[in-house]
Amino acid sequence: MTQLRYALVLAGGLSHERAVSLRSGRRVADALAAAGVRVEIRDADAALLPALAAHPPTAVFPCLHGALGEDGALREVLELLELPYVGSLPDACRRAWAKPVAKAAVRAAGLATPPSVTLPRETFRELGAAAVLDALVQRLGLPVFVKPTQGGSALGSSLVQEREDLPAAMVSCFAYGDTALVERFVNGTEVAVSVLNRGTGPLALPAVEVAPDSGMYDYTSRYTAGTTEFFVPARLPDAVVHDVAAAALIAHRVLGLRDLSRTDLVVDDAGTPWFLEVNVAPGMTQTSLFPQAVVAAGLELGEVCRDLLTVAVQRHTRRGSDG
Amino acid sequence: MRPDHPAADQVGSRLDPYVDRYAARALGMTASQIRALFAVASRPEVVSLAGGMPYVAALPLDVVGELMGRLIIERGAVALQYGSGQGDPTLREQICAVMELVGISAHPDDVVVTVGSQQGLDLVTRIFVDPGDVVLAEAPTYVGALGTFAAYQADVMHVAMDDGGLVPEALQEALADLAADGRRAKLLYTVPSHQNPSGVSLTPARRRQVLDICRQADVLVLEDDPYGLLGFDGDPLRALRADDADGVIYLGSFSKTFAPGLRVGWALAPPAVRDKLVLAAEAAVLCPPSFSQIAISTYLQSYSWQEQVKVFRKLYRERRDAMLDALPAALPPGSHWTRPAGGFYVWVTLPPGLDATAMLPRAVTARVAYVPGSAFFADGSGGTSLRLSYCYPEPERIREGVRRLAGVLDQEMQLHETFGVRGGLSGAHPRGQPDAPGPDLR
Repeated sequence: MTQLRYALVLAGGLSHERAVSLRSGRRVADALAAAGVRVEIRDADAALLPALAAHPPTAVFPCLHGALGEDGALREVLELLELPYVGSLPDACRRAWAKPVAKAAVRAAGLATPPSVTLPRETFRELGAAAVLDALVQRLGLPVFVKPTQGGSALGSSLVQEREDLPAAMVSCFAYGDTALVERFVNGTEVAVSVLNRGTGPLALPAVEVAPDSGMYDYTSRYTAGTTEFFVPARLPDAVVHDVAAAALIAHRVLGLRDLSRTDLVVDDAGTPWFLEVNVAPGMTQTSLFPQAVVAAGLELGEVCRDLLTVAVQRHTRRGSDG
Repeated sequence: MRPDHPAADQVGSRLDPYVDRYAARALGMTASQIRALFAVASRPEVVSLAGGMPYVAALPLDVVGELMGRLIIERGAVALQYGSGQGDPTLREQICAVMELVGISAHPDDVVVTVGSQQGLDLVTRIFVDPGDVVLAEAPTYVGALGTFAAYQADVMHVAMDDGGLVPEALQEALADLAADGRRAKLLYTVPSHQNPSGVSLTPARRRQVLDICRQADVLVLEDDPYGLLGFDGDPLRALRADDADGVIYLGSFSKTFAPGLRVGWALAPPAVRDKLVLAAEAAVLCPPSFSQIAISTYLQSYSWQEQVKVFRKLYRERRDAMLDALPAALPPGSHWTRPAGGFYVWVTLPPGLDATAMLPRAVTARVAYVPGSAFFADGSGGTSLRLSYCYPEPERIREGVRRLAGVLDQEMQLHETFGVRGGLSGAHPRGQPDAPGPDLR
């Protein structure tokens, strides 16, 4: 039995999702403490590395959302420091973090993902926004979903029904990042499938269906308890339940993810699951989807997090003895 | 969900077991992506021009510490006990002396000590405003007042202001419009001196006009005066209440002249109103904090507190100058901004088409923060403007913050030129809690 002397939860950071990250981190830390793990929570700032050097944790549980936490950079640093951590390797994070890259990878593996166009801000400036947007609408049709290629919590994202609303959506998107992903909107049932691997192979947890009162699963619907109805398991026929689970496992595998991930999909009226994006540091707040899936699977969040830390330590130990 | 679906009648979870029990006034209390951005603004890497925290580090903390220590040893049995609902009688006498500095002559019996002037605002709204009642307020107005008015489901109507403060003609027009609709305003809420968020003060001539208009229309004036003693030039501006004892309820505060952490303010009201305020205050908090009241009373009595206010004035003046010196090079052509003669804030209005709300995420990425103008309007309009505060950062940080803001604005101009529109976040809050940072943001 691997001893977890003490675990460090990383939360906060400087991304737009800092507030969400702090809540995720607090929940994971509380769950770990309830599961009997000695745990500390710490921000990712200039004091982090000296603190890690002075008082190295047995393992790290990153709960940082947005850049640094999900783009692989933090994990590169943890690799440098040779600290065991929960979650995917840096290069896998980089693939998942860049939504167009992740979409291309899962498409190549046979999954459906809505047709999309990825364009940096400069393209519109250099070629003229109106002409580019016209071409975009001609190719994708309407409605479309506009979102930054990187980032989560639906920040900078909007559903565009009319051509005239597209410029404003682009400006909102470019407030959060320099490259936009414009994706054909697929109407249907929105589900999230969490994948968990506690050392015995990846397992798809029950799909969580989201039904926001506003019709849009935006920031407010995500983080205001009561404004979204969640169905776990999702209200889907058995065959489709199987398909969405399989899709999430494929995404997890082809992107080379490990330990945990959450894949967001939409199931159209024909029952086809469409891959939207995958998260390597899924939200862990009181209204987040991964913890709901854990509970629906009959598991305890604290025990799951503890097991993931244990797996990380064992992996690290094995690597040390191999090398 | 298709009707023939095998689990069409399945009941979901909302993760909030109380969802069907909240009062209607809680409906607008939702998470906001704009407010979430202020979580980043609290980090030291970010130059925050967003918060409104007084620079309490300039207080003589050793003196205050010694004073408070002695207070507990010598008067702890009183300072740690419940007190009167109306507030400590000695402090109320001292408050009258403080108000004399803005021209108010008042009796201590008419003073109600409150938990910050914010509670005074809450209590006055509680006893005067029913859901749907009209409250007039400056455009823009103090975001904390909007929160209170929203909590009581008031219908806030904004009245235009310019560099001379509230425009009397606009006030008259608003009252006439209301009368034409068979409605009346219950209150005019105003911050006439060094207003938050605009930094503008109501001119002396307009003060008389506003009082006349409200008297004729039988509208009660709620005067909020936290910055009255923080003018940078000359004597403090004369309060509206100094010239109308019956038509004005005055709110004062020690948060800017001494320490916001003690949470002590006051309301000065005509006797009939005062009695109701005391009952409402007792229902809300039983009594204002005894320790804080006695600490402030002792400070006022034993320390040259007016000299300390001069220290604050000098400090804030230097910071105001740093900001005003830096702004011309940073803001795009067509921008204009206020030049405050006191208080904490500069109000910037960008050229048409630019949107300070939509721009905030980019600003946070560039490690600078401000409050978008939309926070200061009940309907979420005002997105072309932003509030910059200079009260907390040192002058060099202010200059750096404005430099960073210039880069953000440059990119925003490019985006605007490219797409010809503003972004889609303006008016993101339909009602309820405005998109503003909490009180503890630097």
